[in-house]
Amino acid sequence: MAKLILSMDGLVLKEIPLNKERMTIGRKPHNDIQIDNLAISGEHAVIVTILNDSFLEDLNSTNGTYVNGQSVKKHFLQNSDVVELGKYRLKYVNEVPQQTPAADFEKTMILRPDMMRKTADQIASKSMSDTQTGIKADDIAAAHPPTQAPVPAAAPAVAPAPVAALPLGAIQILSGANMGKELELTKTLTTLGKPGVQVAVIARRPHGYFITHVEGASFPVVNGATLDAQAHPLADHDVIELAGVKMEFFLKT
Amino acid sequence: MDLSQALEIVTRTDPGMVRSHNEDSVYAASACGLAVLADGMGGYNAGEVASGMTVALLGSELAKTLETQEINGFTPEKKRVSHALLETEIARTNSTIYQSAQSQPQYAGMGTTLVMALFYDDKMTTAHIGDSRLYRLRGEEFAQVTRDHSLLQEQIDSGIITPEQAKFSQNKNLVTRALGVDPEVEPEIRDYDTQPGDIYLFCSDGLNDMVDDEEIGMTLQALSANLELCATQLVQMANDNGGRDNVSVILVRIKSAYPAPRRGLFARLFAWLK
Repeated sequence: MAKLILSMDGLVLKEIPLNKERMTIGRKPHNDIQIDNLAISGEHAVIVTILNDSFLEDLNSTNGTYVNGQSVKKHFLQNSDVVELGKYRLKYVNEVPQQTPAADFEKTMILRPDMMRKTADQIASKSMSDTQTGIKADDIAAAHPPTQAPVPAAAPAVAPAPVAALPLGAIQILSGANMGKELELTKTLTTLGKPGVQVAVIARRPHGYFITHVEGASFPVVNGATLDAQAHPLADHDVIELAGVKMEFFLKT
Repeated sequence: MDLSQALEIVTRTDPGMVRSHNEDSVYAASACGLAVLADGMGGYNAGEVASGMTVALLGSELAKTLETQEINGFTPEKKRVSHALLETEIARTNSTIYQSAQSQPQYAGMGTTLVMALFYDDKMTTAHIGDSRLYRLRGEEFAQVTRDHSLLQEQIDSGIITPEQAKFSQNKNLVTRALGVDPEVEPEIRDYDTQPGDIYLFCSDGLNDMVDDEEIGMTLQALSANLELCATQLVQMANDNGGRDNVSVILVRIKSAYPAPRRGLFARLFAWLK
């Protein structure tokens, strides 16, 4: 579960688990997180948590809400964001377990419409007084206990860059009109050749570069041997012949 | 009408690098212009059962129906025949899965996403439920055709988060609609014109969660000449990036136009009088 670490002048005051869907922050005592300081507005800000995502919203406070030094109205909190209210700092900590023992993390789950509507309504209605958990256990099919449901993997799901350990590959043209030219293979895929005549592709993968035939009647030749339809790993200083042009593959250090 | 001259279709499905089971199922038949992809969910092997049933009913079973049925034109209720057909078949599939889930405890709670298309008369009718996607590459332009039925998409639509922030959201895996989890389901059915040269990509979230849209588009463009290789490459990219989920792709290339044969005036008049 995500939590906030409240501190002032570098001194940790307390840890606050985000265990409610809507947590209000303000000076007045009815707030979920009360900070009794004149720089804090009566109702200063609110944090809405939907499963593993938390959103911070400033409630038109007098002195404003800052995240990592930037003034915000509304902000999608990321792990280790620092929310500043007056002299107080709230560090947002949302550490997701690296790997769950169960093999079924990140499984696609169904979210029931009735449950959806509830959450949506609650986000929409700011004036809602009674905070309640949007997702009740009985709304979810017995097969999907909520605790087990959204356990995503920690790594960003967006493709990470290929492993840094792989040195950058490049191609140098050895014959033809473009002789001497060099082409760095920075992209995941680099196509070579003449479309319609003969095309091959060099794929950059975490553990190396691979060449594969794409189209054309003849297949590329590597170090004098003609390839088949399979991907062929490229080694430093391999010589490739493609559409009548010779080129050398090499790794940059 | 046999469309195998007009359509080139390639399918791939892979369990990925982490899962032991493959809960995705795919089906494609170029002759009747049908492509179906389902990403199952539910404990043990229930996900496989749900997606397998979907593909059997909406794939091979529907293909048999298509051999005899004319899908051009409109029903007496002024509805496209293709829409009516998909609606009926999807409703039937939904209740079949739902009933098995109800009657057999080991299948309780199983369900599946669905993305499918029916190609006919230079058009396609698509149906989707959940977060499996359909993309189109037309010329240089690579775009997502379907919109996920997911919590994340609803959050994006309502402006809570931006598409950029969505990449970091932890709620990627929550779908708001699925086949077989409720007695009734509402598929999203749409029509699109197709053009020769278009490439369509159907995929389960195992691809688009692991590989950026931009990268997917680039791969389709670079390898458009060789669909087999392109499909292999897409699966490989998802696996190279971690392959945390099952990965499935269907690629469809429109090789040439495939207009339905127009019937003569008399034939139409006769059919109308009949």
